[in-house]
Amino acid sequence: MPLYLNDEQAMLADTAKDFVAANAPVGHMRALRDSDDPTGFSRALWKQFAEMGFTGVLVPEADGGLGLGHVEAGVVLEEIGRNLSPSPFLTTAVAAVAALDGTAQRERWFPGILAGDTVAALAIDEGRKHDGRIAMAAERSGNGFRLRGAKRFVTHGHVADLLLVAARTAGSAEDADGITLFAVPRDAPGLTVTAERLADASIAAGIAFDGVALDADAVVGEVDQGSAVLARLLVAGRAGASAEMLGVGGGAMDMTVGYLKERKQFGVPIGGFQALQHRAAHLYSEMEVARAAVLKAQQLLDAGDPGAAAAVSVAKAMTGLAATLAVQEGVQMHGGIGMTDEYDIGFYMKRARVLAEMFGDTNFHANALAQSAGY
Amino acid sequence: MTEDLDAFRAETRAWLEENCPAAMREPVRSDKDACWGGRNYVPSCPEQKQWLDRMGARGWTVPDWPKAYGGGGLTAAETKVLREEMKRINARNPLNSFGISMLGPALLKYGSEAQKLEHLPRIARGEIRWCQGYSEPNAGSDLAGLATSAEDMGDHFLVNGQKVWTSYADEADWIFCLVRTDKSVKQAGISFLLFDMASEGVSTKPILLISGYSPFCETFFDNVKVPKANLVHELNKGWDVAKYLLGHEREMISGFGLAAGEDPLVTAARKGIDPLLRAQVALFEVRARAFSAMSEKFLDELKAGKAHPAQPSMMKYYGTELNKTRHELLMAAGGSDTLEWESAASNHGAAPRAWLRTKANSIEGGTSEIQLNIIAKRILDLPS
Repeated sequence: MPLYLNDEQAMLADTAKDFVAANAPVGHMRALRDSDDPTGFSRALWKQFAEMGFTGVLVPEADGGLGLGHVEAGVVLEEIGRNLSPSPFLTTAVAAVAALDGTAQRERWFPGILAGDTVAALAIDEGRKHDGRIAMAAERSGNGFRLRGAKRFVTHGHVADLLLVAARTAGSAEDADGITLFAVPRDAPGLTVTAERLADASIAAGIAFDGVALDADAVVGEVDQGSAVLARLLVAGRAGASAEMLGVGGGAMDMTVGYLKERKQFGVPIGGFQALQHRAAHLYSEMEVARAAVLKAQQLLDAGDPGAAAAVSVAKAMTGLAATLAVQEGVQMHGGIGMTDEYDIGFYMKRARVLAEMFGDTNFHANALAQSAGY
Repeated sequence: MTEDLDAFRAETRAWLEENCPAAMREPVRSDKDACWGGRNYVPSCPEQKQWLDRMGARGWTVPDWPKAYGGGGLTAAETKVLREEMKRINARNPLNSFGISMLGPALLKYGSEAQKLEHLPRIARGEIRWCQGYSEPNAGSDLAGLATSAEDMGDHFLVNGQKVWTSYADEADWIFCLVRTDKSVKQAGISFLLFDMASEGVSTKPILLISGYSPFCETFFDNVKVPKANLVHELNKGWDVAKYLLGHEREMISGFGLAAGEDPLVTAARKGIDPLLRAQVALFEVRARAFSAMSEKFLDELKAGKAHPAQPSMMKYYGTELNKTRHELLMAAGGSDTLEWESAASNHGAAPRAWLRTKANSIEGGTSEIQLNIIAKRILDLPS
């Protein structure tokens, strides 16, 4: 399979580009922030995503979705990134759908996701860094389980209808085995949700589970066998976050290159100065390489290739490097105006920081790759 | 279509298993261990010659060239499958050749039928080794400022002047050479000539580099007679050919950023490495693996006509800078072992000499700074 978008994918990219730019440009995010919107995104926009078919991009056709792959999901995410559009698309239509796919839980949750009624959030992280540790306990209780512990950095967790919670049914925090993934309705008794607005104006929750009682049918997949489901969720989330970062970095780069052509000093456009040209050209190169890494990872994921998880780590680490460079150069090359709240470039910097942290940062993935290479 | 490709993959895999000698599935140990072919070719081992002949007979040294010119006549998809299957068994490139990577594509586009038939099959079989006469003492980054002249003498050209940084000129059989045929204009006064390095009046002088080796030469032309039939494309249109060829040269050089088989840096890291260096290597490997995807994407886009015409500049810039970093890290990982210059244990200083050699990667074929200029102007459309 050639490493570029095929005709159908390119068409979808055009559709997504027009749709997101028209309905959720950067101004949409700014308006939500300025009004201190407590949801953090627009439910009406999520409905529109469903009408476009986007929410079912990864849902199999047999379950009423589009039955497409991570390349297609990524195409939508790149536009979300480029426009800094607050959306539950990544957590819901990508990561949650990937986890629920093929399990008994899909019948309960897919219809709401397809309709744009259901929002999912991922309760995975427990420490301030994503590190693979799952300590939260799921104790057996009667026919079901009781969850005790706390989760952090749960994007949309304060308003989500569904929480996917990774908890431990055996072993200790560092073990890969003994994890079980639960589908928890957010209105379950015993949940305390604390919403936190983050630097990028998105809202993530801290969630305390104080003996939350669940039936056995809340288990996604099999008890103690959650690591495979969790891995599916995480690779999908990482590939998706990489694609969104491509959009964030690309948007910042385009805005910056545009500024270099239009801003004049000493009577000439500053883009004529070689000091800035070389930095812009270097940034372009980093972004191109990141784009290739993302597409490669998406294609391998869609092909079910055993090397997909490693390729996804490369993509997440590389987009972290490239998008971080893009927003840093963006603010610097904009000069003083880049520091103002009025100008959009600063929003790109904040969003890139949040995405870089999500599902493991560049160092986490570089380290994982090094370990699997045996050093 | 997919079924045909699957069948082709199965056949190719079986043929490679049968025909690629075990010794040719080992990494190339040094520059001298690679096969360059040519009139004076001395194989480093019998398997090397066997591998060249078998691949050459199938046209698979140049899989996507037409069969009529000694190629394999494969489609882009088949060529990719062949490359993947060769990579799967770590098969060596059967033939390193400037004829394949640079001149061939230019001849396919601009050569006359007679020139194609004369030169391409010999390139494919590794019978003639080519060198490139581009840079001159006063024409480096400003290549079009070249002065080597070709005077029209009726039935032939008379070539006089000097080239520099001519890779392996002392071992090459023929040269493709940029010459000035009109002094009154710059780019529009350049022509593209082919001639035999055994012609009277050609001499070469190797340049000793910081690596202790001499991969480059000064090349002198003193009243060299070149038949008119050896002019490629039209008179004074050589710059078109040169630009086209430079794109291919940069694409080849960008392969420098890729490790064949396992990255030697990973091998070195596995032997034990301090935590700070390990972190640098791990971050380097992210870029190296991402660039390997970039290389695949670039070739796919090139074949489909989707690549930006200036994209080779990005590939050249990124790949060469990456390779320089790889060798800096290899030197740090190797410690004093990689300082030994002559010992047998160090394979005559293979590591430090390779490290020093990579410093030319971002100079030859257009410096990194020139590539960044090209990206800024032609891709980002920044003002002059």
